[in-house]
Formats: sequence, C-alpha cells, structure tokens
Amino acid sequence: MTGILIAVAVVAGVGIVIGILLGVAGEKFKVEVDEKEIAVRELLPGNNCGGCGYPGCDGLAAAIAKGEMPPSACPVGGEAVAARISEVMGVENAENTRYVAFVKCAGDCDKAKDVYEYVGPKDCKLAQNNPNNGPKACTYGCTGYGSCKAVCEFGAIDIIDGIAVINKEKCKACGKCVTECPRHLIELVPYDAERLVRCNSHDKGLQVKAACSAGCIGCTLCARNCEAGAITIDRNLAHIDPEKCTNCGACKAKCPVKIIS
Amino acid sequence: MNILLLAIGAALVNNVILSQFLGLCPFLGVSKSVNTATGMGAAVVFVMTIASFVTSVVYYGILRRFGLEYLNTIVFILVIAALVQFVEMFLKKKVKSLYESLGVYLPLITTNCAVLGIALSNVQSGYGILESTINGCGSAVGFTIAIVILAGIRERLEHSPIPESFKGTPIVLITSGLMAIAFFGFSGLI
Repeated sequence: MTGILIAVAVVAGVGIVIGILLGVAGEKFKVEVDEKEIAVRELLPGNNCGGCGYPGCDGLAAAIAKGEMPPSACPVGGEAVAARISEVMGVENAENTRYVAFVKCAGDCDKAKDVYEYVGPKDCKLAQNNPNNGPKACTYGCTGYGSCKAVCEFGAIDIIDGIAVINKEKCKACGKCVTECPRHLIELVPYDAERLVRCNSHDKGLQVKAACSAGCIGCTLCARNCEAGAITIDRNLAHIDPEKCTNCGACKAKCPVKIIS
Repeated sequence: MNILLLAIGAALVNNVILSQFLGLCPFLGVSKSVNTATGMGAAVVFVMTIASFVTSVVYYGILRRFGLEYLNTIVFILVIAALVQFVEMFLKKKVKSLYESLGVYLPLITTNCAVLGIALSNVQSGYGILESTINGCGSAVGFTIAIVILAGIRERLEHSPIPESFKGTPIVLITSGLMAIAFFGFSGLI
C-alpha cells in the first residue's frame, strides 16, 4: 500500500514541479503577439481551406498583420471581410476582381456519347483508370462523378445531367476543385466574364463531332468575328481572354455548335 | 574509445529508424525535400540529446531512489513533453532565428516515438548519464542521416518514370526497406 502511495506522490510531485516550472517559464519567456494579428484572425472565415496559399487562416493573419499580404488576400471572405480587415489595418481597401470557378464542358448526357456502360465507383479519379479514361467518348470532358463536388466546402457545385455546374453565387474561388479535377477542366474566371467557351477538347473537329454534339471543333469562326481580338485558337480549341473581351456577343452568335455562353 | 564506439554504434549499426523502426512517421512525412529533412534532423538532434540527458537524470535521481523504475514510461512522457514545450518557449524568446528555422518540427517532435524510445532503451541498457547523452546524440545523428538520404532519393524519384501503382507512398516504403537492408551491412562494423 505504501508503495502505491509513494508512486502516486512521486509522479504527482514530478507533475506539479514541471507544471510550476512551465508556468513560470511561460510568464518569463512571454512573447508579445501583435494585437492586429489576433484581430485579423478573428475576421477571417476560419475554414482553413488554404485557398490563399498559406497553410491556414493563422498563417494568413500573421502575413496580413506584417503587411506581407494585402487585406483582400482571403479569396473566401470576399469584399466584406477585406473591407473590415482594411479597417483594422488602417489601409485603403483596393478593389479587386472577384473570381469564380468555371467548368469548361457542356457535354451533358444528351449531347456527349458514352462508349460503354460504367459500373465502378462514382469517383472521377478512379473512373480515369478505365479504358478510354472512362466511359465518356470524349477524353477531355466532364465525367460527372462529382470529385469536385466532394471537395467543395461551400456547396457551390452540382452535378446536373452528368456534368458539373458551378453556382456562381456560392463559389468562393478557393481553387480546390481546380486541383481536384483529374481532367483539369475547371478554371477560375472573373465573376463578370460572360463569354466563355464551354469545351476543353483539343481533338480535331471530326473526332469531336463523333464524341459529342457540344464540342469545340476549332472552326475559328469566333476568332475571325471577334472585333476585340480576344479569342485565340490553340490546338483546335477556342479560348477567350476575359481581359480583352467586351461581351459583344458576336462569337456566341456565330458559333456553329452553340458552346459559347 | 568506448564512448566513440557507442556513438558510431547508435548512429549507424543500431540506426533508430532503419534497424529499430522508431520514428517512422516523420521519416515518411517530412522527407519530401532535403531542406525540410535537414531541419527536422537538426531539431531531433537538439531535442533527443537534451531529452536523453534529462530523462537519465530523472531516472537515476528520482525513480531509482524511490524504487519506482517501473514508472519510467509515464514519467519520461511527462518529462519529454514538458521539455519540448520549454525548449520551444526558450527559443522563441531568446534565439528567434533558430526557432523560425526549426519551425513546426519542434512541436512535432513531442509526438515522435524515437525520442521516448531512445530514452527508454538508455535506461534498459543500463547506460549512465554521460553514456545516455552520447547514445541519444548518436541516435539522433543516425536519424538525420537516414532522413536526409531518403529525402535525396525522393527528390530524384519525383522525376523518374515510376509505374502508376507505385507512385507516392508505396515507392517510398520500398525505398526505405532497401535502405534498411543496406544499413544492415553496418552490423559487422563493431
């Protein structure tokens, strides 16, 4: 019995001594944390999504407090958070463009053909390991198994008719879906960019036609009719530069496969 | 001479990772680049040397005196966790540059079983305070050697054509298995 008591006393004693030492050391070696850093951290959303490039909201808060990053560095918080952080930091909030994710595919169940019946797990990356990189005839388009939907923390992605569709209002442009998509179909575009090419296929016109009725055949009609010179054709695929685009709509009117929004 | 043999034995022959299989988590987790691996290694050398010294002082000064050798595991966990905490506080205040270069690896070491493992094997082998410290330092150097070598190999693997199913962790595990076999060759050294 005394053995047990001694053991308890010794371990408790060691614990208490260590506790006191750490407590004293904690006071003695206290490091002043920037008050701004705490205030900024409280304003940030706290999802720790990593969209800003820092490991978490704490990292970004430290960087903003030090002035290494602008107050608008959090893509999730958007303008509201940026404005309040600017107040804390006492700097002008520069206007910055809001971005949203965009899926470069319009080949839904009606338009895109399947080459076989797929019964495997509903995961884009796993489906990618099958023949022809999945059942879809087009090897560039959205497979629609929702890997992007699964990583979206804001519920901004829905799978409608077999393709991923972004809800522009809910999207915070954190970029997680962009890295998740095995076919690199998703890109971040300015919120107000209206004219976008909803296809990702670099195949030649004939092959595109065979696989999907909503594919860019690389006919260059849009590029020739664009007065602003915003459209380039790279390997049989049109691309619109949102910086130059004037939203005139000439490309949309001319597109023979109606894939420019 | 004995001390030298002990240090070399701890670093190479009884390598903490490759022949005792302790501390595998940071070995696989922090070996993506040589820079971070070196940082982790430095932090481990630092902590393991101090921890070996302190735990053996605690063992001989307190536990043995009261005949409580069987409590060594729980007391060592307590002492090591507190020690890492203290070292972190001290460095943050006094040696800011070292604190920043060790970064996140310092608190990570609290949960590194190699530190506790070496502290326990020190007392089990009956090493005195000086021998324990040497053994701790040697083992930590062995840890650093192993993790830096693996990081170097992994940097090259990044650009190698690896079969799809071996990409990522599998090839790292195979590599570390081959390294363990290679280190087995040191067993004839002493």
